[in-house]
Amino acid sequence: MRIMAQVCMVMNLDKCIGCHTCTVTCKQTWTNRPGTEYVYFNNVETKPGLGYPARYEDQERWNGGWTLGKKGRLKLKAGSRLKKLASIFCNPDLPTIEDYHEPFSYDYARLITAPAGTKSPSVSTRSALTGREMNPTWGANWEDDLAGAPARALEDPNIVALPEGAAEKVRLDFESVFMFYLPRICEHCLNPSCVASCPSGAMYKREEDGIVLVDQDRCRGWRFCVSGCPYKKVYFNHRTGKAEKCTFCFPRIEAGMPTVCSETCVGRLRYLGLMLYDADKVLDAAATTDATDLYEAQLGVFLDPDDPTVAAEAERQGIPHDWLAAARRSPTYALIARHKVALPLHPEYRTMPMVWYIPPLSPVADVTAAAGYDDTAENVFAAIDALRIPVEYLANLFTAGDAGPVRLSLRRLAMVRTVMRAHQLGTHPGVDPAEVGLSEDAASDLFRLLAIARYEDRYVVPPAHAEDAGRLLAQHDLSGCSLEGEGGPGMGGEGSDTEAVPGFHLQRLDSADASVAGRDPKGRLHLRISEHPASGSVGLAGAGGAP
Amino acid sequence: MNGVSGLEFFWWAVIPYVAIAVFVVGHIWRYRYDQFGWTTRSTELQEKQWLRWGGPIFHYATFLAIGGHVIGILVPASWTKAIGISEPVYRWFSATAGTIAVVGILVGIAILAGRRIFIARVRATTSPVDWFILVLLLIEVVFGMAMTTGVNLLGAGYNYRTTVSVWFRSLFAGNPNVHAIVGAPVLYQVHVSLAWLIIAAWPFTRLVHAWSAPVWYMWRPFVVYRSRRATRPNEPGTSGRRWRRIGAHY
Repeated sequence: MRIMAQVCMVMNLDKCIGCHTCTVTCKQTWTNRPGTEYVYFNNVETKPGLGYPARYEDQERWNGGWTLGKKGRLKLKAGSRLKKLASIFCNPDLPTIEDYHEPFSYDYARLITAPAGTKSPSVSTRSALTGREMNPTWGANWEDDLAGAPARALEDPNIVALPEGAAEKVRLDFESVFMFYLPRICEHCLNPSCVASCPSGAMYKREEDGIVLVDQDRCRGWRFCVSGCPYKKVYFNHRTGKAEKCTFCFPRIEAGMPTVCSETCVGRLRYLGLMLYDADKVLDAAATTDATDLYEAQLGVFLDPDDPTVAAEAERQGIPHDWLAAARRSPTYALIARHKVALPLHPEYRTMPMVWYIPPLSPVADVTAAAGYDDTAENVFAAIDALRIPVEYLANLFTAGDAGPVRLSLRRLAMVRTVMRAHQLGTHPGVDPAEVGLSEDAASDLFRLLAIARYEDRYVVPPAHAEDAGRLLAQHDLSGCSLEGEGGPGMGGEGSDTEAVPGFHLQRLDSADASVAGRDPKGRLHLRISEHPASGSVGLAGAGGAP
Repeated sequence: MNGVSGLEFFWWAVIPYVAIAVFVVGHIWRYRYDQFGWTTRSTELQEKQWLRWGGPIFHYATFLAIGGHVIGILVPASWTKAIGISEPVYRWFSATAGTIAVVGILVGIAILAGRRIFIARVRATTSPVDWFILVLLLIEVVFGMAMTTGVNLLGAGYNYRTTVSVWFRSLFAGNPNVHAIVGAPVLYQVHVSLAWLIIAAWPFTRLVHAWSAPVWYMWRPFVVYRSRRATRPNEPGTSGRRWRRIGAHY
């Protein structure tokens, strides 16, 4: 058993209002540069819909992720290593800018440079690639709120994959349409196919927290990571010729702070926490024969931090004590493994994704309410089963088509609503949480997590232990062999006594406050980037062999 | 050196070493100081229809041409004779293979330069140094075609292996045989001179991506892990990464 820790995100889709605040703040933080105009480390899609880039979920077209070979062994869906090297001069699986969108801005100067006349001047769209006038025809949020859905949404790969009858029903009943928002970031997979696809070895998964990054100095622009990722969350910077991807805001995570998308989420629908997992089991789990078993297989990889043997072994293998404590408080572990309400996005890609989703109950509840029913558990249960379309559609998203886990998750969510409503009204719920396998305690814990969890309950992120990095950095500043500085290990000493490098992280002003929440007594969050010369630069997407 | 003018000596015994020095030092400098700029600068994202043909044709034909140069210049004529390959047979073989290569390269350059000229998105990414090296390569290849196809395949033929190749190898022996090259046809002399220009310019252009050909991807473990402790500090050019074979016990 090799225990590793991973920061993991869960998003509660019931709460997403599609406001794109996460997208905007992420873009302002990471990709507001030339070359990354079309890049969205975080984007919000309306489902059903084609997504961004268009139809990225269709792996028969893009060949992302893993598949099983003839002998049941895991292999990259794009083909063998030799095949990849042979097609390196033109990667057949790479999307082009049309599949994303040609980035554009407006010719605002025209407003003041237009010649005097009777008509008001108007601005036109200008391509960021060529500077020429252009006509936008697709974009990251082209399908917002089902815009254009009658024409294109049925091409959604999750609808195409529906069984015959169900797919027909979507077409026929499109008036009783359902929709929800799907915010997406990089999945920071346990078995990342982008890393495996990178010919240069520039992509890596961090051992400490599982974040997947691109080393900007080692990337040579071979582009196979972009096509290898089935979620299309590695992007090609057309100015620098290098790949970039969601960094899980690692400088913030290292400082014990939530990612920007989580921090700014208006609906407070994101949860961050640690997951402990057995690294030795990952490959076997990813190679599970039946795609519908992959969800259970991934659950089997996770380790229970409350299990004393796991905790003892984790400490022995060097996982810091405070990280173990954080793992026990992890909201993501509770939602994923304890209550089983969160589900992985497209487990059939076999990458073992680590951003999970609580499926939306709202479309179902809306339908019951519209039909004149109270959305009590019984009514909602009936609706969940009657509305085969959403459940099977959700199953195509989250469980490779197996409606069982989706139905169980939705029933548990409905059960919590009913039980808590009865509690509030002082009536008897009329249903027993045990019907859906929840104990009273579990139901109230789930209610706490989903409804009232505060900042420090939603984001349980232990700060990184940078002591060792600091020691190595201090050595780096010595000339000659770093080990043979005065008092260095090479001279019989114990190395530099630098405990941590000031400025290595974003720091809170009140550094005495070591709480995970990262807020001062007034409840404000402070960010400061230190100017300590030893800090090096905080690079983009892991520039310079990120920490 | 007897019978060699100062200019000839400078041209055929000094310039080559200058070019080689610029090539070596330039690469070391660029590798140490411009890792971030060391990339293929692919434009596949912007345009794919032309690249689908131009990219593979140009590169594979170039590999063929490089292989031909290795055989023609680095392998002495006496060696091929020793294994029973006569001069006419050798010339026929090299001229045929060389013509295939040079036609491929020219078609490839035509497609790739075409997309750089006619497709606005690609043209916008093209820097002056890209044009410089592309035009230089084109001229060099045209001269190569004149020799391979014009002289050796269709014309009377010229055994460059007794002149140009001898001189080239003598450079690396540290004793440049200038006599061997001054007698070669002008066509060959221009081709060789341009080659030194390309070699000297190499480290400062996008051609550096050739040295990053990811051949060892064939044997690498799939998933790369890095730990904070193992990777910092990371001198340029050295590697602190730890590979782990996928599925292996740690």
